[in-house]
Amino acid sequence: MDMNFTPEEVIFRNEARSFLADRLPDALAAKVKGGKRLGKADYELWHDRLKKRGWLAWHWPAEHGGTGWTPIEKHIFEEECVAAGAPRVVPFGLNMLGPVLIKFGSDEQRSHYLPRILNGDDWWCQGYSEPGSGSDLASLKTKAVRDGDHYVVNGQKTWTTLGHFADWIFCLVRTDSDCKPQEGISFLLIDMKTPGITVQPIITLDGEHEVNEVFFEDVRVPVGNLVGEENKGWTYAKYLLTYERTGIAGVAFAKSGLAHLKQVASRQMKGGKPLAQDPLFATRVAQVEIDLMAMETFNLRIVSAAQHGGVPGVESSMLKIKGTEIRQEITDLLRRALGPYAAPFVPEALDAGYNEPPIGPDEANPVASQYFNMRKVSIYGGSNEIQKNIVAKMMLGL
Amino acid sequence: MDFNLSDDRRMLKESLSRFLQDRYGFETRNEIAGSEEGFSRELWAQMAELGLIGAMLPEEVGGFGGEGFDIMTVMEELGRAIVVEPVLPTAVLGAGILADAGSETQRSLLESVIAGERLLAFAHGEPESRYSLSEVRCRAEKTGNGWFLSGQKAVVLNGDTADKIIVSARTSGADDAESGLTLFLIDADAKGLSGRGYATVDGGRAAEITLDSVEVSDEDMVGTVGEAFPVIERAVGRGILAACAEALGAMETAKDMTLEYLQTRKQFGAPLGKFQVLQHRMVEMCLEIEQARSATILAAGRMNEDRAAREAALSAAKNLVGRTARLVAEESIQMHGGIGMTWEYALPHFAKRLTMIDHLFGDADHHLERFAALSQAS
Ligand SMILES: Cc1cc2nc3c(=O)[nH]c(=O)nc-3n(C[C@H](O)[C@H](O)[C@H](O)COP(=O)(O)OP(=O)(O)OC[C@H]3O[C@@H](n4cnc5c(N)ncnc54)[C@H](O)[C@@H]3O)c2cc1C
Repeated sequence: MDMNFTPEEVIFRNEARSFLADRLPDALAAKVKGGKRLGKADYELWHDRLKKRGWLAWHWPAEHGGTGWTPIEKHIFEEECVAAGAPRVVPFGLNMLGPVLIKFGSDEQRSHYLPRILNGDDWWCQGYSEPGSGSDLASLKTKAVRDGDHYVVNGQKTWTTLGHFADWIFCLVRTDSDCKPQEGISFLLIDMKTPGITVQPIITLDGEHEVNEVFFEDVRVPVGNLVGEENKGWTYAKYLLTYERTGIAGVAFAKSGLAHLKQVASRQMKGGKPLAQDPLFATRVAQVEIDLMAMETFNLRIVSAAQHGGVPGVESSMLKIKGTEIRQEITDLLRRALGPYAAPFVPEALDAGYNEPPIGPDEANPVASQYFNMRKVSIYGGSNEIQKNIVAKMMLGL
Repeated sequence: MDFNLSDDRRMLKESLSRFLQDRYGFETRNEIAGSEEGFSRELWAQMAELGLIGAMLPEEVGGFGGEGFDIMTVMEELGRAIVVEPVLPTAVLGAGILADAGSETQRSLLESVIAGERLLAFAHGEPESRYSLSEVRCRAEKTGNGWFLSGQKAVVLNGDTADKIIVSARTSGADDAESGLTLFLIDADAKGLSGRGYATVDGGRAAEITLDSVEVSDEDMVGTVGEAFPVIERAVGRGILAACAEALGAMETAKDMTLEYLQTRKQFGAPLGKFQVLQHRMVEMCLEIEQARSATILAAGRMNEDRAAREAALSAAKNLVGRTARLVAEESIQMHGGIGMTWEYALPHFAKRLTMIDHLFGDADHHLERFAALSQAS
């Protein structure tokens, strides 16, 4: 057993660090670390810098313009990015659709869409969930009916993250209703500018606009936009979900969250002393740190297995559950660390240009919103209950 | 032993419940919360007319209640609809302090408070005091027959709309000493007093208040010089009870909404409520709510007992309610799935109020420590 990175991996980590020191703008890192609101331009700027360095598409092989990184290199890079305060890479085109097209798409689709994703020409969003189909995704009803060279799509998608920024949406649609639900689903690429599509914002409990409803009324989609074979969409979707789930463990985010929590606790005062020195609060932080240390090692075990050719299965479900619980616990402690100053709700102050003095400590402003927003991680990407069902079935045979 | 409400309280509860059902639907509530003042003066007047403020004050000052169970009855109903009107700062904290320690003249103001014509706030917490009741850096310097007040007050509930504000200040002693605290009743438009109002995460309002040599007279003092700590502790005790009761009401609604959702929302061809794992989680929630209710009843019943018994029961209740409120807030969102995260839907607003109640008058950990300290002392 050897728990250290190889010399090559250490060199790679140093390269990543100097790239970040060089190319990640301070103002952008400050926004990310300060919990400010990010706009489309912020993501675009960061994507562009990564692209110029050839480091944008971590999950793609080199022949398609990806990094061709090993699982450990991906892990190292993500950790360094998050620690430095880089915005996340918006996953829909790069981490979700890209791998699906590479594995199941046609040559034409690959040569058309992949460069456009890399160049930032197309923003993608994910059209899976529907009002009636969340955990039971296979029951989805949005229908695509063949009409000559087109599919005609009718129905509704919901919870579409960043759909309001997107040029394209990849959708699961029903192409056959006379079979097992999973066997009548197809994977379709739809241009958001096609007539008949309406996008409506959903405001979340923190007052933010991140998700949307997308309505389809007689939307005509060329048959060339079908990925792979008709009625095989479920297979592709499941393949994609495994990519979604590994990211969701969020070890790097948990670590930077914990570091932030400790800083806040060292500045907040309780009874004339920093909260970090308060025995009770310190044990709460220690508890989550112990969990995180173990989870990080768990994650490295899985990453290392993948490095040696293993395919993560139920382990990604387990990581997703633990990872999200820990991230939620950290935001909970952060909110508690701020005491009464967790209460003010000043959404304007989340804009980088806001220049009125903060109410209470500056770092207090985003904490309650982040705590509430973080409830989502145990709901999306396959809820934690669904992950447990998967573990019970796949690992325990129950 | 009898755990039933008296007839008077039951009638009050029923009329309040009917009023809120008729007039305080969730959409109305959110509209009110988003308005400039953050509450409705019209509904406030109607609530006063229903006797809601009077019920929480004793007869000597024109009320008709003022016992722990009165506070509990009213606040629980208000919690069921997450009412944003300034009941807590005006009726429980402000009026409670004047009834407890005010001079004749000050107490005579309560008639207009009970009638809904005057709003109060209690400005005690400071930017660095966190949940400590004795850490007060705001100072009162003696002049001829009055005082100059200077300092900062933090997250003052409804501090931007109150007509009169009760301010705590240090007249002697170290920054965190229990002795040397004095209360003053100040006009909100007094010279040298400025406020910055803002919305709070749970749909309420609060303000940061700055006192810059605010001149007050001896007659504006509430109670005795340097001896306000017990008054403050009793006021906060009533606040804790009110917050616990409000949380109970909000938890009941959140639980009911979640139960109804589990009965109607179908996935995998069955109502969610058919999945045993969710059944158990609902049961867990109900169990903990009963625990929180019992702790709150215990505290309400001990409001007139000696300090040690009363404060231990209050800290126990606030700790249990804090833990349970978090459980209910998080679990009811989780069991709703995505819909539980949307602004348009009522449930998350209950979850937000439940969470923020933990930040009022000390969170679950604060009261855990306090309970331990109180039991060691006794
Ligand atoms: C912020 C956010 C962003 C999202 N972004 C996207 C996106 O970009 N694209 C997209 O397609 N979707 C997205 N989603 C949707 C997400 O994938 C769904 O919310 C998720 O699948 C859960 O579905 P649901 O919300 O309908 O909850 P439901 O499926 O109705 O579940 C409700 C509750 O019941 C539980 N439950 C359900 N079935 C079972 C069972 N068999 N056993 C035990 N418990 C069960 C669930 O775990 C949950 O707690 C997003 C959601 C959120 C909150």
